[in-house]
Amino acid sequence: MSVIQALDIGLALLVLAVAGWTIAAREAFASVVGYVAYGLLLSLVWVRLFAVDVALTEAAIGSGVTGVLLISAVVRLRKTEAPAAAERPGVVLRALAAALCTVVAAALAAVVLLMPDPGATLAPEAGQHLGELGVGNPITAVLIAYRSFDTMLEKVVLILAVIGVWSLASDGNWGGVAGPRRGARPEGALAFLAQLLPPLGIVVAIHIVWVGANEPGGAFQGGAILAAMALIVLMARLTEAPEIRRRWLRLALIAGPAVFLVVGIAGFAIPGSFLAYPAGWAKPLILLIEAFMTLSIAATLPMLVIGPPDRPPS
Amino acid sequence: MLAMALALATTGGGYLLVLAVIVPVIGMLLSLVVGGRHAERIAFALMPAGLGLALAIAIEVWVTGQPLVYILGGWPPPLGIALRADGFSAVMLVTAALVIAAAGYFARGGFATPPGVAEKRAPLAFWTLLQGLWAALAVVFLGGDLFNLYVALELLTFAAVPLVCLDGRPETLAAALRYLLFALFGSVLYLLGAALLYGTYGTLDIVLLADRTAAEPLVAPAVGFAAGLMTAGLLAKTALFPLHLWLPPAHANAPPPASAVLSALVVKASFFLIVRLWFDVMPGLASAAVTTLLAALGAAAILFGSVLALRQARLKLLIAYSTVAQIGYLFLMFPLAIGGHPWSAEAWSGGVMQTLSHAFAKAAMFLAAGVVYEQLGHDRIAELRGIGRAMPMAIFAFGLGGLSLMGLPPSGGFAAKWLLMQASVESGQWAWAVVMLVGGLLAGGYVYRVVAPALDRATVALKAPASRRREAVALALALGAVLLGFAPPEFFDLLQIGRPVAMAALR
Amino acid sequence: MSAAILAGLTGAALVGLGLYGLLTDPHPLRKILAFNILGSGVFLLFGIIARKGAAAGFAADPVPQAMVITGIVVAFSATALAVTLLLRLFQETRRATLEPDAPAKTPDAGVDG
Repeated sequence: MSVIQALDIGLALLVLAVAGWTIAAREAFASVVGYVAYGLLLSLVWVRLFAVDVALTEAAIGSGVTGVLLISAVVRLRKTEAPAAAERPGVVLRALAAALCTVVAAALAAVVLLMPDPGATLAPEAGQHLGELGVGNPITAVLIAYRSFDTMLEKVVLILAVIGVWSLASDGNWGGVAGPRRGARPEGALAFLAQLLPPLGIVVAIHIVWVGANEPGGAFQGGAILAAMALIVLMARLTEAPEIRRRWLRLALIAGPAVFLVVGIAGFAIPGSFLAYPAGWAKPLILLIEAFMTLSIAATLPMLVIGPPDRPPS
Repeated sequence: MLAMALALATTGGGYLLVLAVIVPVIGMLLSLVVGGRHAERIAFALMPAGLGLALAIAIEVWVTGQPLVYILGGWPPPLGIALRADGFSAVMLVTAALVIAAAGYFARGGFATPPGVAEKRAPLAFWTLLQGLWAALAVVFLGGDLFNLYVALELLTFAAVPLVCLDGRPETLAAALRYLLFALFGSVLYLLGAALLYGTYGTLDIVLLADRTAAEPLVAPAVGFAAGLMTAGLLAKTALFPLHLWLPPAHANAPPPASAVLSALVVKASFFLIVRLWFDVMPGLASAAVTTLLAALGAAAILFGSVLALRQARLKLLIAYSTVAQIGYLFLMFPLAIGGHPWSAEAWSGGVMQTLSHAFAKAAMFLAAGVVYEQLGHDRIAELRGIGRAMPMAIFAFGLGGLSLMGLPPSGGFAAKWLLMQASVESGQWAWAVVMLVGGLLAGGYVYRVVAPALDRATVALKAPASRRREAVALALALGAVLLGFAPPEFFDLLQIGRPVAMAALR
Repeated sequence: MSAAILAGLTGAALVGLGLYGLLTDPHPLRKILAFNILGSGVFLLFGIIARKGAAAGFAADPVPQAMVITGIVVAFSATALAVTLLLRLFQETRRATLEPDAPAKTPDAGVDG
């Protein structure tokens, strides 16, 4: 067994152990902390699968932004843990559930082992058109060209989620500053970080979006980093979240899918197909869409994390 | 081979499919940006356009006798995504457009932005979510790729769940959260199945998958497992017994126009995908054991849902349990319509007819119940004595909808149950016919529980004046369910277009 | 055993773990966490399928990878909506339970046909 193999096995065991901790931990807070660590470990697994784009997304969204969301929730829900624990199903039911889950996992494992290797793939087809699209990263080509319809709709999913989250405000607070009321401005490390990190983060994010056409990266990863910067600034209370009635905020939310749709509809005229790019124009149009998608993701994710407004508009 | 080539190239009129999806998406985005009372105006301006597009698609499918296809971005599958409309998609699109328009018209006033207010929470959320839901349904009915359909299912979930708790009462919040967890559980199982299919066949396009599974059925154990996972996930979203627990509290506590759309359309979307999966993607895998199991769960749903509907104290809960029962009927089509038997075509028509007529009937009943609740301030069945005189149209609408649920002529429900019953007799599967008869009797029982006291000669104290407009909307939908009973033979021809076995015979 | 197979087996085990948490833990927040673990297990299976599809000079098939990126974003929005719903439920009832009969503040409570 080589060193790499031993490391791989160690990583897999560690991921499973932390996931098991997340499920089994007695206190919800410990469970959430476990989950954040789990997300980071998982992104290492993605690197080992040669999926750097996914690893970046998992680290930024799956672990980072989700982590902020879950930690703030678990703190507020602390009092509900004891009553809920009383509703825990009995040993027999849990044993039955465990048996069922073991069967499902074992069947899946068998399927994985029996799958042909090399397996079915679209990699050659996906690679064929990179030249005409002018992008080097095949994942960007899938997301913004071959399966752009999915990507556009998925951004609509995010917007519906924001509307859903906002709809949980009370009537009187509609239109107000997004997120819960916060206490005094924190001093020390957080405030310092909040001033130091964002300029750096913005540069990194723009870089990731820009190189995403050819290297790992793109709108999702860049947008998620920008969103994380916005969250740090909001948590340090360097600035107030926007009021949800603001036109500019809503424009930022829909900019990505709107530009996607405009380019898509223009495709009806030239070259004659919805969501198709005219020859020679693919690269600039892809970059245009990516830029607005980044903006929308950077606006959407913090809105989803901080939640509905908690005070009336000014 | 010819059919295969046809399914991978854009057909004439294919652009209509794109418009059917993007019109409500554009409406939703615009409504959010301009906000306030404009959200409602935009939704209303686009509803006729949506209905027109759905009708145009249905006419185009009917005239050409072939499914419509649009290749998005000019990237044909397996790399790209196709939209396709067959007869079933077309009639579902028209039904969705009609029910959504009716629910929207009913919601006017209830979800209006009052004068002097720039924007209010519930109206903005309602009108944007309604358009989002409409877009999601369009993608579900037209999507030709299993991952694209996953995104569509999520779109549907995110539009439907917040509608349940728009009024913010605690029980609606718990119902919405429960609904969300069930729906997410369903999507993740579906996605897992899709992953295994992609790993086996290297495509998620429905037509290509159908071709490849037919060429090498059960090439790997992964395929059967994938089909099972996807079906289980979709059953959780369809609320087929015993995965129905989330449905009654969610559908019964939502605002009436939302309940109507949820019960009439949203549960049908995941049912539609189960049909796609077993009839289109892998008909070879639909063994007698599989179809019998689905129908047996359906039969259990019919009996269980109907009995519980008989025992409810609240009108809206009664209607919600009736949905649990009526969903059961949908699954009786599986053992009857699969394959190329002489009775398969009529069983298919019966299943589709049940989907459509229940949509109209159930939307009508939920809206009628909304009128009752609004005017009485409650919906306790024990205190409905004499309301027939105060709101005759609403009670008539409820009764007509009930007629269709019972399967009495003239109604779409009668046509549906008659076709299914004929198929079960012809195929020698008597048990399903018996279940349908018992279900019809039980439905008669729970409809009678409401209608009989309502027609009593008693006076009731009304909290609010009657809204004839809303009663009329409910009645119009109920008449739609009745009208389906008079569908001409050409309508049944339309339903057969694109049905795999029917197409194989044409080839 | 290759890294891909190992990741696939890990994914299968994660699906089992997540499923167990989703079924047995009564607390909605823990259910949400379990749903995320279940989801990431499914994503890992996409990952191994992508890796087995290495061809044409690519280390992995880009199509399933793109699907995972879409899936991660959708899973996050689902988590956000579920957490917000849960927090609102807690705000209203001071509890976090999905038992339908628990918050008995309905106007119709106690009346039965």
